[in-house]
Amino acid sequence: MLVNRKLILAHFWFAFAVFGVALTLGAWQMFIRSPIGTWLSNPELYYRSLTAHGTVMGYVFPTLVAMGFGYAISESALEQRLVGVRWAWTGFWLIVIGSIMAVIPIALGRASVLYTFYPPLIGNLFYYLGVVLVVVGSWIWVALMSINLRVWRKAHPGAAVPLAMYANVAGSYLWAWTAVGAALELLLQIIPVAAGLKNTIDAGLARIFFSWTLHAIVYFWLMPTYIAYYTIVPRAIGGRVYSDSMARISFILFLVVAMPIGIHHTFADPQVGAGFKFIHSAFTALVALPTLLTVFTICASVEIAARLRGGRGVFGWIRALPWDNPMMLALAFSFVMLGFGGAGGLINMSYQLDASIHNTQWITGHFHLIFGGAIVIMYFAIAYDLWPHLTGRELIDVRLIRTQLWLWFVGMIVTTFPWHWVGILGMPRRMAYFDFGDPAIAPQALSVTFSAIGGFILLTSGIMFIVILARGMRAPLAEAGAYRFAVAVHQPTTVPVALNTHALWVALMIALTITNYGYPILNLATTAGTSVPAVYVGAQ
Amino acid sequence: MSAEDTHSSSVEVAARVERRWAIIAVIIISGMALLAAFAGIHQATMPQPRVETTDPSRIHLSGEFVESNLGSVLEANGNVTVRAIGQQYSFTPACIVVPVDTPITLRATSADVVHGILIQGTNVNTMLVPGYISEQLMRFGKTGDYLMPCQEFCSFGHEGMWGKVKVIDKAEFANRAKSGGRLSCVGQ
Ligand code: HEM
Ligand SMILES: [Cu+2]
Ligand SMILES: [Cu+2]
Repeated sequence: MLVNRKLILAHFWFAFAVFGVALTLGAWQMFIRSPIGTWLSNPELYYRSLTAHGTVMGYVFPTLVAMGFGYAISESALEQRLVGVRWAWTGFWLIVIGSIMAVIPIALGRASVLYTFYPPLIGNLFYYLGVVLVVVGSWIWVALMSINLRVWRKAHPGAAVPLAMYANVAGSYLWAWTAVGAALELLLQIIPVAAGLKNTIDAGLARIFFSWTLHAIVYFWLMPTYIAYYTIVPRAIGGRVYSDSMARISFILFLVVAMPIGIHHTFADPQVGAGFKFIHSAFTALVALPTLLTVFTICASVEIAARLRGGRGVFGWIRALPWDNPMMLALAFSFVMLGFGGAGGLINMSYQLDASIHNTQWITGHFHLIFGGAIVIMYFAIAYDLWPHLTGRELIDVRLIRTQLWLWFVGMIVTTFPWHWVGILGMPRRMAYFDFGDPAIAPQALSVTFSAIGGFILLTSGIMFIVILARGMRAPLAEAGAYRFAVAVHQPTTVPVALNTHALWVALMIALTITNYGYPILNLATTAGTSVPAVYVGAQ
Repeated sequence: MSAEDTHSSSVEVAARVERRWAIIAVIIISGMALLAAFAGIHQATMPQPRVETTDPSRIHLSGEFVESNLGSVLEANGNVTVRAIGQQYSFTPACIVVPVDTPITLRATSADVVHGILIQGTNVNTMLVPGYISEQLMRFGKTGDYLMPCQEFCSFGHEGMWGKVKVIDKAEFANRAKSGGRLSCVGQ
């Protein structure tokens, strides 16, 4: 039951529009700093572009996708009209206004601080206020997801919450809480300085606040993708979810263990001691668990689809899969990229190995593979799957869709594999220019050229994606029927309370954050003499 | 066998396979954690353990990071200490000279914004956060020149912030250290 289609389409269209712009900037960055680009006489332009690219891709685009998808899940999984539609539009417009407010100072070169902020660099006040509006808009969505679930529970006492909604609400709580770190950093530290009320700031403390957000935000980006793995893919390829309770356990694990581990982003930092670095490193190992469980459950669900289609043998069933189905392709590509990206992630999280790749191009290669690759390709799949239900029109370009997915996959591999490699060679990240004439840097030239070519393949694929959706708005009318989610092999009618509610897990998430962050934050906040003068961007 | 039986036995099989997989996953993860602990105890490259602070607005005036104290110094026990600072957009000293096969302590901080020190081809990689002192132990097995870029965005000149490390023969270093003072290879 998708009633508020306009609302959902507005979220998706704004998401994909800003994605298109940021993607173009990404391709330009890759090109301009490669040997085939020419020396940009003004490196400042690169950092404007990079701030815009990172802010859009990190904050605006995935948040809007999660929100639009969340509203769609709420209406169709609960079969209940969205409660609080006015508020939902308010949240949407806050994000639109926030994005515009943030992008103007970026374009003027007044906010080239990159999406990670890292004080004492301080940019224009309106950049930060814009980001705050985006977050506030998304918090309205969090509240609405919670309210809609509560309304449904009242009407269905004791019933099992549909998996898609259970996971969606878990994701929204994770986001609400993980955003608090950056919100504290912005409100308590950065905004007072950007507004001219103060001129010193504790840069070490700011990095700790930011790390609170930086890790779990990754799992927020991942949520729509995981929800699609469990609740869309099996239905779309004619299979069943292997285990409903394993799915719930995976989402709960994300909620609980994604938060208290962010200090692994500061292994190389001087403001945290060995104790908390090691604790966070050990906790980080745990986040591999929900992903390993997911890989198992989804492979098993896919195998069920293949066997239902007559597939046989230990591996022979793979041939029986519906490979011409875009959802099947997207899933396979996503899993391959998740596999490589996950292996890279194990290196990043390692207490010792991290030192060899920290802040090198390996890191940017890594998160493009996993975020831009494994995660975003499923955003495409979600859009393709929902589109006919949102527009009431058929998506006829199935071949074009397959080509688009292939190009994204190939482009991502061509872009990110060499990107990882130059990182191992020690190429630092976030640089507008490399002197490939230097004999010590020359060996990296070929790899960076490949990445740049990959960037243009990705850009082509991204444009195709937008064209396919735009054409879908004008295709012949066709009734798509109700939007449904996958059912489990053993579809539960009742679920243990712990797997049907979130309260216990949210409490655990908050408690673990306090034990793992409370001391480092208090300690830094009370250490005297660590506030340093702010350095204003564009003030020279 | 009735349909009911097949159903419940398939539930059992599913649960068993699932449980096995969960156990394997837990074993993999604890294995990794143990490996990290083991490597840590046996002293691989380790993250910095201690927290030390310093006031960046006064480092030029007094204390450990005054200009005359920057560079490499041979300690009484034969180890070497290197002190350096990062500021927009260079390191001081811009060229660090150290002996090969010698335990070296790098102590560094930032005079303005966040920077990073990365020595290419090694595991030396640390953040410079103003207000705090970064310390890292290092040891070079080969003589030669290494590039030392800043690895964190520090504003518009970041792409030009590259230092250098020169690893020289032990005897040569000892010889140069005889005259006292702080060594560097700036201008060589
Ligand atoms: C055409 C495809 C893309 C290309 C060529 C590209 C290229 C780049 C480049 C060159 C950087 C800067 C790396 C550096 O200077 O160290 C960057 C940063 C980044 N990209 Fe992309 N990108 C692409 C797509 C994406 C996608 C799809 C996402 C996620 C949805 C994404 C998210 C990010 C983020 C979060 C950053 C970090 C910004 C920062 O370091 O401040 N990119 N990208
Ligand atoms: Cu992380
Ligand atoms: Cu820098």
